[in-house]
Amino acid sequence: MFIGAIGCEPLQLKRVGLENSRTLDVYRQHGGYEALKKVLDGMSPEDVIGEVKKSALRGRGGAGFPTGMKWSFVPKDSPKPKYVVCNADESEPGTFKDRFLMERDPHMLIEGMLIAAYALGSRTTYIYTRGEYRYLINILDAAIQEAREAGLVGDRIMGTEFSCEVFTHTGAGAYICGEETALLNSLEGLRGHPRMKPPFPAIAGLYGCPTVVNNVETLTAVPDIIKMGGEAYQKLGTQKSGGTKVWSVSGHVNRPGVYELPMGYEDMEKFIMEDCGGMLGGKQLKAVIPGGSSVYIMPATDIVGKKVRMDYEGLVVAGSMVGSGGFIVMDETVDVFESTKNLTEFYKHESCGWCTPCREGTDWLVKVFKRIAKGEGRPEDAQLLLDLCDNIEGKSFCPLGDAAAWPIQSAIKKFPEDFRRHLMPMATRTAEAVAAD
Amino acid sequence: MSQQFTPNNPLPQEAKVPVEMAVFSLDVEAEIDRHLAKYPVKRSAILPLMFIVQRERGGYLDPPGVAYLADRLDVRITDIWEVATFYSMINTEPVGTYHIQVCRTLSCKILGAGKITEQCSTRLGIKPGETTPDGKFSLSEVECLGSCGTAPMLQIGFDFHENLTAEKLDKILDTCERGEYVFTVKG
Repeated sequence: MFIGAIGCEPLQLKRVGLENSRTLDVYRQHGGYEALKKVLDGMSPEDVIGEVKKSALRGRGGAGFPTGMKWSFVPKDSPKPKYVVCNADESEPGTFKDRFLMERDPHMLIEGMLIAAYALGSRTTYIYTRGEYRYLINILDAAIQEAREAGLVGDRIMGTEFSCEVFTHTGAGAYICGEETALLNSLEGLRGHPRMKPPFPAIAGLYGCPTVVNNVETLTAVPDIIKMGGEAYQKLGTQKSGGTKVWSVSGHVNRPGVYELPMGYEDMEKFIMEDCGGMLGGKQLKAVIPGGSSVYIMPATDIVGKKVRMDYEGLVVAGSMVGSGGFIVMDETVDVFESTKNLTEFYKHESCGWCTPCREGTDWLVKVFKRIAKGEGRPEDAQLLLDLCDNIEGKSFCPLGDAAAWPIQSAIKKFPEDFRRHLMPMATRTAEAVAAD
Repeated sequence: MSQQFTPNNPLPQEAKVPVEMAVFSLDVEAEIDRHLAKYPVKRSAILPLMFIVQRERGGYLDPPGVAYLADRLDVRITDIWEVATFYSMINTEPVGTYHIQVCRTLSCKILGAGKITEQCSTRLGIKPGETTPDGKFSLSEVECLGSCGTAPMLQIGFDFHENLTAEKLDKILDTCERGEYVFTVKG
């Protein structure tokens, strides 16, 4: 598996190839904790938030919300404790970048969390890691211990007035806990059901206190933003999408892996055909899901020769989204009906059961998909699936309902042939047989 | 996914009124204390503690383990069940010593996850969701485990086995069958 940067100097992946990259010594030899020192040496919390705003860093978990703005929503004058929570519940199908960031460079995350905590006036921070990533929790615990012994975590960090704790927390196998309010409920020891917004976590989050929840990749970008300055970081990318983005590439390519690209990388086709080593076995490209399973599927015709720019705006223009950057490449052997069925089964399994449209809707979707797969498809089933999606999208309690509907809607729209083929057997039956049904 | 208790799928009787409470060694108690110390609210430690109890009580939350958790966290028995039944990694029934969890989601699927499951199924003589009569193996199909770039993959305990081939899988299962499999990730 490939891990590295293409089209830019590696920033997030700067140290991943080094021997013992996860140790404090190696991290410090390569610029580690310099940003924290710079912050503690004379930046005010407002300065830090200002730099992050200038950097045009947008949340890397999927929603792409501007990070600096999210931080500025936390009330300065609140008497309650404030919390920083890292969302390391990476469970969007096709996404595995956070895993390698934490595995290879855990101190980068710790430093990012400490800087965020300083900016927001927090003394306690949690890293919520999905339960399956237990080995990462062990790595993080060891790194936190190392940092604590070096006076970088705990009381009076680097001899200053700033004190902050970093704790790991484990999830236990629930996709929904990647949604920030469900994550907070889970961290409070409850079922991982999403909460009503507003109030947003910035006002009332963990234990009802002001809380910022950020993705791993968002927080690991912070030390570099402080070191090079927000403006310089922004210039690595585009005006609205600052910096670099780490993509997880999987599926039918010769070189899957973790790729760091500048935001605004100019051509998705070149990325697949050259940077990722081209298609596995020389087969034809059929489709790409560029941002994790929840985003719209893109047919090859929307990619080849289209110079699709890889950033938030470019992918929206091309008919999809950056999402979490889980880039799944599929070749001509893939039946999009089957791939969509697979993802729908995922959403059914992971629906948390809190709201009716998502709980019942995903269940019905799977029932229809299974019936079609058995060869009992009816011509009107495509419309039936779209109607079911319509009853979920925009009507569920949290965005994961939309996430279940989008792959189906886009698959039927972009690959009608793959669906029609499964709906044919009934279509060719005689009128009498249909009437007798 | 949440498990639903209905008249056809009732909550086990013994789960309702635990008769005894689990007892743990001083080391385990110290480990539990370390987790409790992280949070201002005890209940927050529920998932980390469930993993510990599950590990110490033969792989699942047995009634004495549940009673212990409720007591230690100052919550009701039902609170423990409420949370336990929501999370797929918390077992409310016994599982095999080697819990083979094959990822079934898209990236793994298009690179042969189906064949991996089939091979496990044929070799172990059980379908996904079942446990061998000797209690040695359980087989599950699970959702995306974040190994898409190294598909297909499976997890045993907390260990990742990636870039699987038929031969590689056979070797892993051989080691398990001989009882020589060593769990590399400490849970």
